[in-house]
Amino acid sequence: MEFRPILSTLRRHKTTSWLLILEIALTCAIVCNAVFMVGHRLQHMHMTSGIDEHALVLIQLAEIAPTPDIYARAREDLAVLRQLPGVQAVALTNFLPMEGRESNSGLKLDPAQRERTLSAASYFGEDLPQTMGARLVAGRDLAPDEFVNADVVVKELANGGTKGLPAVTVITQALADRLWPGQNPLGKTIYVTDRLGVRVVGVLADLARGNAYNDATAHYSMILPVFMGAGKDWSYVIRTRPQDRETVLGAAVAALKKADPERVATRQRTYDELREKFFSNDRAMAGILVGVIVALLTVTALGIVGLASFWVAQRRRTIGVRRALGATRGDILRYFQTENFLLATFGIVLGMALAYGINVFLMTHYELPRLPGIYLPVGALALWVIGQLSVLGPALRAAAVPPVVATRSV
Amino acid sequence: MFGYYFELALRRLQRNKALTALMVLAIALGIGTSMTTLTVLHVLSSDPLPGRSGSLYYPQLDARDDSGTMPGKEPPEQHTLIDGLNLLHAKRADRQALMTGGSVPVQPDAATIDPFYVEARYTTADFFAMFGAPLRYGHGWDAADDEAKAHDVVISSELNERLFGGANSVGRTLRVADTLFRVVGVLGDWAPSPHFYDLNTGSYGYAEQVFIPLQAALDLHLQHEGSNECWGNGTGGVGRIYPSPTCVWLQFWVQLDTPAKAADYREFLIHYSEQQKALGRFVKAPNVRLRNLMQWLAYQQVVPDDVRLQTGLAFGFLLVCLVNTVGLMLAKFLRGAGELGVRRALGASKQALFTQLLVESSVVGLVGGVGGLLLALLGLWMVRHRPSDYASLAHLDTTMLLTTFLVAVGASLLAGLLPAWRACQIPPALQLKSN
Repeated sequence: MEFRPILSTLRRHKTTSWLLILEIALTCAIVCNAVFMVGHRLQHMHMTSGIDEHALVLIQLAEIAPTPDIYARAREDLAVLRQLPGVQAVALTNFLPMEGRESNSGLKLDPAQRERTLSAASYFGEDLPQTMGARLVAGRDLAPDEFVNADVVVKELANGGTKGLPAVTVITQALADRLWPGQNPLGKTIYVTDRLGVRVVGVLADLARGNAYNDATAHYSMILPVFMGAGKDWSYVIRTRPQDRETVLGAAVAALKKADPERVATRQRTYDELREKFFSNDRAMAGILVGVIVALLTVTALGIVGLASFWVAQRRRTIGVRRALGATRGDILRYFQTENFLLATFGIVLGMALAYGINVFLMTHYELPRLPGIYLPVGALALWVIGQLSVLGPALRAAAVPPVVATRSV
Repeated sequence: MFGYYFELALRRLQRNKALTALMVLAIALGIGTSMTTLTVLHVLSSDPLPGRSGSLYYPQLDARDDSGTMPGKEPPEQHTLIDGLNLLHAKRADRQALMTGGSVPVQPDAATIDPFYVEARYTTADFFAMFGAPLRYGHGWDAADDEAKAHDVVISSELNERLFGGANSVGRTLRVADTLFRVVGVLGDWAPSPHFYDLNTGSYGYAEQVFIPLQAALDLHLQHEGSNECWGNGTGGVGRIYPSPTCVWLQFWVQLDTPAKAADYREFLIHYSEQQKALGRFVKAPNVRLRNLMQWLAYQQVVPDDVRLQTGLAFGFLLVCLVNTVGLMLAKFLRGAGELGVRRALGASKQALFTQLLVESSVVGLVGGVGGLLLALLGLWMVRHRPSDYASLAHLDTTMLLTTFLVAVGASLLAGLLPAWRACQIPPALQLKSN
């Protein structure tokens, strides 16, 4: 197929051709970036938590009158929960992976260091790896006799002492790799404050942080041997069989209220619900982006159909003449397909540059990573295919124009 | 003449129903989506206290030590208790209030209502007058009550409805966290959005039910909620222990009625920092900020990035829809060039043709605009039924209604101008010849 006659025809419809090229370029640019953002969101939404998500239920309780001894209260609660049928393990934690809130600590490798090396999420609670199902890949879990009550830590740090402070920690593989790349982390010391140094005794395969917003730092977590005691913001974590979750949750709330009626259950949910909520905005945004992609491609496709229909109608006589001079139906069909291919190609080339420009803007304003090159050919392919499909109907109609049209006057 | 053009436009549009529908739909979709997102953006970035926000300021001090901070970095976003109380007692502003968030159990007298938890604000006397919070019954407390750690409480109208059936409850008692408080005031409907004075609680759709004098709350060790940032050997507190002296966890707002007073206050903050450094409490050179309310919201980037992104996306979509309509309109006008040629040849001026074509394209634009407005209403309804915390705020106000109308008219004119102008450029003889 020769391009020259097509180009010379298009030159006679310069404005219209340019408008179509512009539309394809804009669509291509937006679709490339939108597809990339959808991928980015989906990837974020599939972040691993490192725990056995479907086996956990969570309860938060708030006291009505001040509890005299929050530590005794929490120990009794945990004992009560352990007795319940269907309960495999229980723990008390200050937050959960992807809860949307966390405690964190600025970590130093040397107490004299001026600036923190990084900030890591700090879990406080006994039996956390075992209850949540976080896998230990090296060393051991924290032992019960290593735990310290939270108020002791607060008071000792405030007084400037070091007596009775936590001495050991369990950290994630991601944190170990970041702090000591290629080295064995066991036995190394991390400083949480200049007086509070903890020795690494165990490494977890994974345990996401509570504020797991940034994919790069989402797995920097550590567990410190601090016992929180009963409190409104802390969660009882109960491990059970997935099919028993609802039953166990109901029974656990009832048992906890019976153990101390002077409180209200402010939250009771499965871990799956917690995770669902954490990513609800990303899910909504991904949905909106997909909607926009579909709408854009539809509008552009309909635009191509509309314009091609016009051109076919306008050129009926010319087509008739060509047919009369010996052009086959295939020739006419190919002519319109090629014309659209040319326009789409111009649009796509322009669109690529625009896509890159939009990405640079998004990178500076929305902390989005660079658009990987792979998205450009994907966007190009999508528009070529849509262009060819859209123009097929009008082109077939053009091919059906009988040669006799050439002999008719308007 | 105009009526005739209008009739002509309708007739010509009817000749090609599918195409007309396509153009109208494209414009409607573009305007509908962009107005929906723009309205959400407009609502989220609006002034929570119109008329007052200009004289409200959020002072910041830097009490941190050298560890963990870099020179030139922004000071912390909250205050330590010591600095907060010092600034409060200095009374250098027209009004000032120190505050933090909390949540407390309310134990109703009526045995039929189970105890429940509500969001609380622990604050000081000027809070209500400074923020213009309307009181339906009674009044706030005064500075003497603050110092006396008075067990006074101001409750929201919602809580008043729930506990006292909406009656004037001033003087009644309320048991909060096992302590008896006296109701001194009942708020009217007041829930500034964004929740500007403390963004740690979530920026939108958050409102406290009880307001308790800060000193009384601290004295009773009521539960603190919100974020805190510590340095040195500071810890964020646990149970009934509040964050350490080296932690920031309170918000401090001031009212400064004139720019001169604001300048003076900034001087005061610098002077205070120098004084604290001399005392050995601060280690860094004075590092202060004094942003007014809207500057503070901008600095805190209170509008979610996703909302901005959606707005950009929607306008990109509108642009594509417009280009699409312009292209189709142009093709349509050029296709009908013969008819235009006849009219030209019969004596219609270029300008008359232009007006006629513009009327035709405007009809498409306006119908699309009305459709877009309906789609925007539908879109906002959908936003309201999404689980985001700003869902309930998504309503079309008069400003946005007017903007929508202007965008619709502008879009339709834009879509019509180029095709109409282009179609009129062809000389009548050529127009007659084509086909």
